[in-house]
Amino acid sequence: MKIIVCIKQVPDAKDVRLDPKTNTLAREGVAAIMNPFDRHALEEAVRLKEQLGGTVTALSMGPPQAKDVLLEAISCGADEGVLVSDRAFAGADTWATSYTLAKAVQTLGAFDLILCGKQAIDGDTAQVGPGMATQLKLPYITCVQKTREAAEDYLRVERMMDDGYDVVQLPLPALLTVVKDINEPRVPSLKGKMRAKKAEIRVLSAADIGAEPQCIGLAGSPTKVARVFSPEPRGNRRMFSGTAAEQVAQLVEEIRGYL
Amino acid sequence: MDYFLTEEQRMIKETARELAVEKIVPKRAELDEKNEFAGELLRDIAKADLFAVLVPEEYGGMGSGAFDIVLALEELARGCVGVATSFAACGLGILPILISGSEELKQKYLPSVAEGKYWAAFGLTEANAGSDAAGIHTTAVEDGDYWVLNGTKQWITNGGEAHIYSVIALTNPEKGIRGASMFVVEDGDPGFSYGKKEDKMGIRASATRELVMRDCRIPKDRLIGRKGTGFITVMKTLDVSRPGIASLAVGLAQAALDEAASYAKQRVQFGKPIIGFQAVQHILADMAIQTEAARGLVYGAARHIDAHPEDASKVSSMCKVFATDTAMKVTTDAVQVMGGYGYMKEYPVEKMMRDAKILQIYEGTNQIQRNVIGQELNREYA
Ligand SMILES: Cc1cc2nc3c(=O)[nH]c(=O)nc-3n(C[C@H](O)[C@H](O)[C@H](O)COP(=O)(O)OP(=O)(O)OC[C@H]3O[C@@H](n4cnc5c(N)ncnc54)[C@H](O)[C@@H]3O)c2cc1C
Repeated sequence: MKIIVCIKQVPDAKDVRLDPKTNTLAREGVAAIMNPFDRHALEEAVRLKEQLGGTVTALSMGPPQAKDVLLEAISCGADEGVLVSDRAFAGADTWATSYTLAKAVQTLGAFDLILCGKQAIDGDTAQVGPGMATQLKLPYITCVQKTREAAEDYLRVERMMDDGYDVVQLPLPALLTVVKDINEPRVPSLKGKMRAKKAEIRVLSAADIGAEPQCIGLAGSPTKVARVFSPEPRGNRRMFSGTAAEQVAQLVEEIRGYL
Repeated sequence: MDYFLTEEQRMIKETARELAVEKIVPKRAELDEKNEFAGELLRDIAKADLFAVLVPEEYGGMGSGAFDIVLALEELARGCVGVATSFAACGLGILPILISGSEELKQKYLPSVAEGKYWAAFGLTEANAGSDAAGIHTTAVEDGDYWVLNGTKQWITNGGEAHIYSVIALTNPEKGIRGASMFVVEDGDPGFSYGKKEDKMGIRASATRELVMRDCRIPKDRLIGRKGTGFITVMKTLDVSRPGIASLAVGLAQAALDEAASYAKQRVQFGKPIIGFQAVQHILADMAIQTEAARGLVYGAARHIDAHPEDASKVSSMCKVFATDTAMKVTTDAVQVMGGYGYMKEYPVEKMMRDAKILQIYEGTNQIQRNVIGQELNREYA
């Protein structure tokens, strides 16, 4: 099975804050990490490879330093890393990103499965996975919490819902986005680290993937961010104390007061 | 301190460190409380390829001796000594095969250990044979193409969990321990079973259990080395393995120092963080000095042993005594620095202090180690 895992390098959520003046992410001095959901996508890909054989390709779009997450992916079991990187991609929204990644996937040739994290913890849109699948005309399932059955030409998975889950079977090739419940990712292995040490990350430019200039970067992005701001903290907060029953009683009293 | 590790050695340390932080630390308190064997974590250690460090390259591993093992064990023990002990015992269990075993035995078992598929154990101690290994009663008698073993081994780490056991038994009881031989007993061998499971003060994530052999029949070729060389193999094994125990102690002492120092920075009494009091600083300073000194000695000893395996005994005992006495002291001091909070199970140093004690006892008590060093000095200054 040939599997592609999409991986984004994101600022470590523990360190994230907005610059109060510019209202943009203060990236300076913030550690860059592998998007946590993508770790789970990678782990699932490596498990499927261990079960069915095949290869795992880690794919990322980002600046040159995003190579680091691809090397980390190799140390955790991916066979190779491909970085799509070009100044022309700057300012891409989820539409342009989906287009760019889809073009990159087509450049890489035949595949059976694309795995993505449910969302990236910086943008939090959860749109790129479905966007790519749509561009590539692939069946897709979001929020997968478990792979029940995996074969060469189909998958049977559980899709997490608010009140339970759906069991869905879909033919391959296909795209899945995964949630954290799906597995517990491994840490980099010794042999993986040694492979990563020697690995060459393939870098693809806009020209390499045959991207239309008007579809990428800022030009290809219909989303315009009008304003970013930190909401003012407001309202009174009060903590109730006592047993759960007492707290509920106080809360009910409180709500009655407003009726 | 920079110990001038090679890139490969740094990778070993880093891999073990990441595993300890991400996998071991979140689970250690629960395993300790439930007295539960850390099987899942041993599988994680296998996935990270660290079992390969126990085995030389020609048998499918990546190891190049005691020093590499020391680096891995130190970082695992920084997470939990119980887990690290289980892993260390796998290394101990295969040492007799590595040191004295036939090529066939090595080919048969070591590649599976390198992959982490087989876990190992070492069976020497019996009810009446602790420090005095010569007191063993277990026997092995030849019967056609088989050996038949009878006896009970006690307090065997990984007992009931390992796949292969290196066991010593008397093959010529008249000659006592000089008539002893070592064998590989496999889980599932006829007449081989497991007895009492121990409930321990510390390292509760490790399994400590009896091995019971009642007319246990094993094929002839499971003899490790030549008949009658069992005790020599045991002694050589322990010479090489003791730096491993010492490195568990270094990792544990480092973990206790980490906890105590970061606690002292945020605990405020009399209007300032307690790390501002010189009395507290001095305790922490001594903890740091002793831990680093132990690390230096252990690294030096392991490198010496890899270069001069024939001259291992004394340095091996020295690093075991010094590092494990240090771990006992440093963990006790960590509890002191943290006061009542340190004494509570909500904080990890309580467990660390309990875990430290075993290091002064197993693989030869620290009194026995001093005997070894003393006898060696007696010879040197003859
Ligand atoms: C948790 C745990 C795990 C273990 N795992 C293993 C294992 O995997 N495999 C294995 O074979 N064994 C194992 N052991 C056994 C361990 O190695 C022995 O407990 C140890 O060697 C000491 O033996 P003993 O407990 O019988 O103490 P004893 O020998 O009875 O010693 C009691 C005290 O007397 C002192 N003493 C004894 N003789 C002398 C002397 N000549 N000079 C000075 N002082 C002396 C000792 O230092 C000690 O303080 C394990 C033990 C424990 C507790």
